[in-house]
Amino acid sequence: MIEQNLSLLLVIIPLLSAPVTAILPNARSAWLLTLAVTWTCLILAGWQITLVTDGSIISYELGGWSPPWGIEYRIDAMNAFVALIVSGIAAITLPYALLSVEKEIPLEKIPLFYSAFQLCLVGLLGIAQTGDVFNLFVFLEISSLSSYALIAMGEQRRSLTAAYQYLIMGTIGATFLLIGIGLIYAETGTLNMLDLNQRLQPILDHRTVHTGFAFIVVGIALKLALFPLHLWLPNAYKYAPSVISVFLAATATKVAVYIMLRMVFGVFSDEFVRKTPTDHMFLLLGAFGVIMASATAIYQRDVKRLFAYSSIAQVSYIVLGIGLSSVLGVTAALVHVFNHALMKGALFMACGALVYRLGSSRFENLNGVGRQMPWTCVAIFIASLSLIGIPGTAGFISKWYFVLAALEQESWPIALVILLGSLLAVGYVWKIVELLFLRPASDSTATVGEAPAALLVPMWLLVIANIYFGFNTELTVNVADTAARMLGLGMNHE
Amino acid sequence: MKHNLILRVIAKYLFPVIALFAFYVQFHGDYGPGGGFQAGVILSVAFIFYALVFGLETTEQVLPPYLLRLLASTGILIYAGTGVATMLMGGNFLDYDLLAKNPVAGQHLGIMMIELGVGISVCAVMLLIFFVIAGRGRS
Amino acid sequence: MIDIILDHYNYWIVIFLMMSGFYTVISQGNLIKKIAGINIFQTSVFLLYISIGYVDDGTPPIIAEGYTTYANPLPHVLILTAIVVGVSTTALGLALVIRIKEAYSTIEEDEIHDKDKSL
Repeated sequence: MIEQNLSLLLVIIPLLSAPVTAILPNARSAWLLTLAVTWTCLILAGWQITLVTDGSIISYELGGWSPPWGIEYRIDAMNAFVALIVSGIAAITLPYALLSVEKEIPLEKIPLFYSAFQLCLVGLLGIAQTGDVFNLFVFLEISSLSSYALIAMGEQRRSLTAAYQYLIMGTIGATFLLIGIGLIYAETGTLNMLDLNQRLQPILDHRTVHTGFAFIVVGIALKLALFPLHLWLPNAYKYAPSVISVFLAATATKVAVYIMLRMVFGVFSDEFVRKTPTDHMFLLLGAFGVIMASATAIYQRDVKRLFAYSSIAQVSYIVLGIGLSSVLGVTAALVHVFNHALMKGALFMACGALVYRLGSSRFENLNGVGRQMPWTCVAIFIASLSLIGIPGTAGFISKWYFVLAALEQESWPIALVILLGSLLAVGYVWKIVELLFLRPASDSTATVGEAPAALLVPMWLLVIANIYFGFNTELTVNVADTAARMLGLGMNHE
Repeated sequence: MKHNLILRVIAKYLFPVIALFAFYVQFHGDYGPGGGFQAGVILSVAFIFYALVFGLETTEQVLPPYLLRLLASTGILIYAGTGVATMLMGGNFLDYDLLAKNPVAGQHLGIMMIELGVGISVCAVMLLIFFVIAGRGRS
Repeated sequence: MIDIILDHYNYWIVIFLMMSGFYTVISQGNLIKKIAGINIFQTSVFLLYISIGYVDDGTPPIIAEGYTTYANPLPHVLILTAIVVGVSTTALGLALVIRIKEAYSTIEEDEIHDKDKSL
């Protein structure tokens, strides 16, 4: 029974437990329930991915209505991969959350906090599982609404304005997506992704389809924080509670990448992307994004903000991969989705540990803290190496595939941009290393103790994963490759 | 509005009418136009109207916020619980056919349960939003 | 030419609402007005979906004797969901504005910006 309903249970378990969490009387029980739910989801997601890595597909019909009339959950390698990333990060964030949340959130609000966290998880997992474009919009809004609320729970008052700004931008993005979905529904009369793909092929030159496509791409680009539409992201990540920074930085934009891949290649087609200027637009914006965001990161005076800008740069790499619109490009994008989740998870956990001890992530409060909090700061160092793409770390694998994908199409400028981005990353990582290890300690940092083990263990698990997936690429690259091939890339023009 | 006699009298008469209409919309939602969303909103309007005339405190005596929170959660649980029940019976999530002996009756029962869950949740959440925003800055 | 405008008047309304809502969101500095703009913007999408569901000579999609042509009910159902999403967004947005007002004692964007700068 469990295997039969596997794909659905992944979404329904957090959905069932979220309202229960909201009415639990105390913080610890809410945390325990959430912990149990996230680990159950991780196990189910792990199970699910073993069923689809060979290229098979799980199709689940909600309510027993057969597609394309009913809502279908259609799991292929890419869906399972994204679901695994989301539930994995959630499961590893939860042990970390216990102390951090108790410090940053008022006690009586903690059950509601975990309830919103689970709703966010429902939304992100739902996006990963569903095969219906309107259902995808609804899940996107569930995850977005709960993340606005979660960001607003930050300690400083600026978290409110950050959440408000994100709400406005996010709602515009989601509404654009809704308009696009409406227009392609008007043209085809279906909402099922597979059915849409088949029905759209003969009418791809219709003007309504083009308009719908434009709305969809811009809408997702807002959620993705694609370069000129990224303004909401730095503040949202900076002022959110530490746990939420970890969770959103590691999953939210990654899921948006998945939506982009699924809509652009799965619902439309790579041929359509190449016929329209879409691929050039992605390459141009991605290249600008890598350079501008990395350069901006160098000038930040706050660790969390710096890594938020670096996130925008990393997302831009992924967009470059999408813009190459080849199997190798999408493989690189998916591998980087996974690896970047590991890096940013570890980095924001370390930032959270600094905030936990020092109450701030601004540069002037962190002088020379590396001597007092060696574990935390070494974790930042190793994860940053992965961010640059030093061989032996996960980051190297994704950079390698990006360069391969660029060279496959002989687009030297793109390969150059990727290398330049890594050089700029060296720049901002050096700033942090100098700050944490080389500067003399100030009064506040000279007496501070190492972060508690409950924060260090999940952080180091992610750091070790960064090194492990730098050597063992079997899971990431193979699954990403299968997923990219199943998107139907390169089928039309061969 | 303690001294506004006309409003108070009208409110007392209108309240049951609005509530009755909400229940009509709720329980005819399976065959006619209507359903849980609309019914929930209409029912919450009845209470909001009551609160506007008789004050927040009076209304919160009938519907304290903790009860509303409980109701909001219960609604979702009824919805999801129906789906889980069909799963336990061996079908897919929300496969109403299995809920009764014949599929038509099953569909009937299923949509009734779902709409009931939706109605309870929507009504409770609308009232919660109203109470929280209207009651801000009181204490 | 005039026929194109008159026959598709609903779509022109959609475009008008969409643009005015979107412009309000971008141009206004008042946080409440921004939310009002978002609402107008979303309303235009509701109208767009309902227009999609229109069928010539169709009746409301309720089974009754003597009627065989119905409007397409699916866009109506979809947009009901989108309306609920819109209501939640508005509620959350207004709640945030209330808390911003409490924290900054203003809801004008430039004044909030100044207060953060002066810290």
